[in-house]
Amino acid sequence: MQYQSQSVAKLYFIAAIGLFLGQILFGTVIGAQYIWGDFLFPAIPFNVARMVHTNLLIVWLLFGFMGAAYYLIPEESETELFSPMLAILMFWIFLAAGAATILAYLLVPYATLAEITMNDLLPTMGREFLEQPTITKIGIVVVALSFLFNIGMTMLKGRKTVISMIMFLGLVGLAVFFLFSFVNPHNLIEDKFWWWWVVHLWVEGVWELIMGAMLAFVLIKTTGVDREIIEKWLYVIIAMSLITGLIGMGHHYYWIGTPEYWQWWGSIFSAMEPIPFFMMVLYTFNMVNQRRREHPNKVALLWAQGTAVMAFLGAGVWGFIHTLAPVNYYTHGTQVTAAHGHMAFYGAYVMIVLAMISYAMPLLRGRVANSNKAQVVEMWSFWLMTIAMVFITLFLTAAGVLQVWLQRYTDAPMGFMAVQDKLEIFYMMREIAGIIFLIGLGTYIYSFFVGGEEEATA
Amino acid sequence: MSEVFTKTMARNIFYGGTTFFFLLLLALTFDTMSVLPERDHRENITDQVILGKKVWEDNNCIGCHTLLGEGAYFAPELGNVYTRFGNSTDAIKGFIMSRPKDGIPGRRSMPQFNLSDEELSAVAEFLKWTSEVNTANWPPNIQG
Ligand code: HEC
Ligand code: HEM
Ligand code: HEM
Ligand SMILES: [Fe+2]
Repeated sequence: MQYQSQSVAKLYFIAAIGLFLGQILFGTVIGAQYIWGDFLFPAIPFNVARMVHTNLLIVWLLFGFMGAAYYLIPEESETELFSPMLAILMFWIFLAAGAATILAYLLVPYATLAEITMNDLLPTMGREFLEQPTITKIGIVVVALSFLFNIGMTMLKGRKTVISMIMFLGLVGLAVFFLFSFVNPHNLIEDKFWWWWVVHLWVEGVWELIMGAMLAFVLIKTTGVDREIIEKWLYVIIAMSLITGLIGMGHHYYWIGTPEYWQWWGSIFSAMEPIPFFMMVLYTFNMVNQRRREHPNKVALLWAQGTAVMAFLGAGVWGFIHTLAPVNYYTHGTQVTAAHGHMAFYGAYVMIVLAMISYAMPLLRGRVANSNKAQVVEMWSFWLMTIAMVFITLFLTAAGVLQVWLQRYTDAPMGFMAVQDKLEIFYMMREIAGIIFLIGLGTYIYSFFVGGEEEATA
Repeated sequence: MSEVFTKTMARNIFYGGTTFFFLLLLALTFDTMSVLPERDHRENITDQVILGKKVWEDNNCIGCHTLLGEGAYFAPELGNVYTRFGNSTDAIKGFIMSRPKDGIPGRRSMPQFNLSDEELSAVAEFLKWTSEVNTANWPPNIQG
């Protein structure tokens, strides 16, 4: 750690990991409800536990992005953070608001929550991923604005690099597109149309800039490859992301009442969306092969390489398999979607945040890298979580294909609930893989407490 | 990458490409908004349908169900439930009303929301309106 103020990142990373644990615990709860329909009913209905699972995911990734920015921006700008106090204050506000929202989901019926938070004044609740009360959403905007102000001012007074610019642009985009969560017309079709401006333009748009910047930062630090080369790649990758991803949004406009021409625009452009993810694999492995130093933090590089590969598989390959309109006609809203959603989120965003934490956390704790022993434990957690996620994806894909076969791609379609009964074996195996994921996460958390000799050497 | 292809060129492709395709997205959005009224039959969005959407949101129905294929995959698709239930809003109301408070043992359960009659009719009308949107023939069959 070169600048004292980078240490605020530590708070953000710790909170991120804590909330990650909550996310996965609730993942295993909804996984169980898929098998035993009445599990925890009516105390915690499926929709409530799901909301906790997905909202915790988003919130902890945001903590991860902010922590990463607080670490990366001062270092790139070669100056102290504009206001560490503001960063700490916003941390507690965000954590309190997040925790209160999750507790409210669990403790009061959703309709009551909508009522006491006066949702009718500006109705934004009750839409997937955007379930937060309007007041929480406003809080998120305030936190995001002060955060952008803080890192923006830091950049202004320091060196401006391509990486910090792209990171900043991505984070600004994140805040701007979040504003569409306040758009909720009475007309469901328009509501759905704008909803994707948050969800799709996040994960297949501006978040890719954030991911690209973080990956480039970790690669520069751990491989010592010339910044010029890495920055050129970064530009090309994010150019391809947005060129394909903006119009690629059409893959969500096939069947929701929007005009048929989206079937062409969406299919053609989103079919090219895997290209930037593929380039990310090429570039990451290229940089590692051309490395000019042996960084003692081996596990950070493992996470970085894992990110490139798993993001390509989850977003690129599993995205492609259901993105063409004639295929999506049958797979739309099935377990195939869930399979893709899991691997894409894990590969692209979970793993890049963990890569950043893995690189920065030892430095924040006053050492270049963790002991060999701690790194080996962390590598175990890498493989446990990653392999578990591969199996979750495979089981859900199998369930999805069978679901399509019995319910959609047939002359004698069975009813939804009857089909679900037939998929039970896959849900059972998904739950087992989920528990292995949880064990992997436990191993990951444990790795922070493994001592060993001061630090590993190259 | 070779020396002929410089970082400046890469940067220009990024900013130029992003601007161009964002403008294209805006143009397509504009066109979509202008043809939507013929497809979504907004003339049928009555106060009751509006209330129905509110009931839908306030009770987080999307947390278990898909609606036009979007949402959660735990419970049946509801975009066409009106037709699946024999074009009957009463059948929809009856179903929602009759959910046992403690669920159905061993089966995926839907909560009892204790909706008023006005709310029940509204959410049923909302689902009826949704089923009449032109969705390019999706879902493939009545089972959703
Ligand atoms: C906790 C999950 C959950 C929530 C929340 C939920 N449902 Fe359901 N719903 C179900 C399940 C499970 C079924 C299938 C029940 C069965 O077949 O026994 C179902 C079935 C239905 C059906 C009949 C569908 C069919 O084809 O048989 C309708 C209509 C319906 N729900 C409407 C709603 C509405 C409206 C809301 C919101 C006010 C809602 N549901 C909220 C779980 C839920
Ligand atoms: C890291 C990047 C990505 C993430 C995190 C991601 C995540 C998701 C999630 C969570 C959904 C479900 C949304 C919902 O609940 O309705 C989804 C849907 C979808 N994604 Fe992705 N995705 C990514 C990239 C891609 C790419 C590159 C493609 C195409 C090549 C793609 C194609 C699709 C399609 C077609 C759907 C709609 C599925 C349906 O019809 O039900 N995604 N994605
Ligand atoms: C880091 C790991 C994980 C990530 C990133 C993740 C992400 C997600 C996302 C994005 C969704 C919404 C999906 C969609 O709408 O398509 C979701 C839903 C869900 N997740 Fe996870 N999840 C993870 C781990 C788990 C685990 C370990 C389990 C269970 C064992 C699990 C079980 C579920 C279930 C059952 C749903 C609901 C699917 C539905 O809508 O019916 N998840 N998760
Ligand atoms: Fe998308």
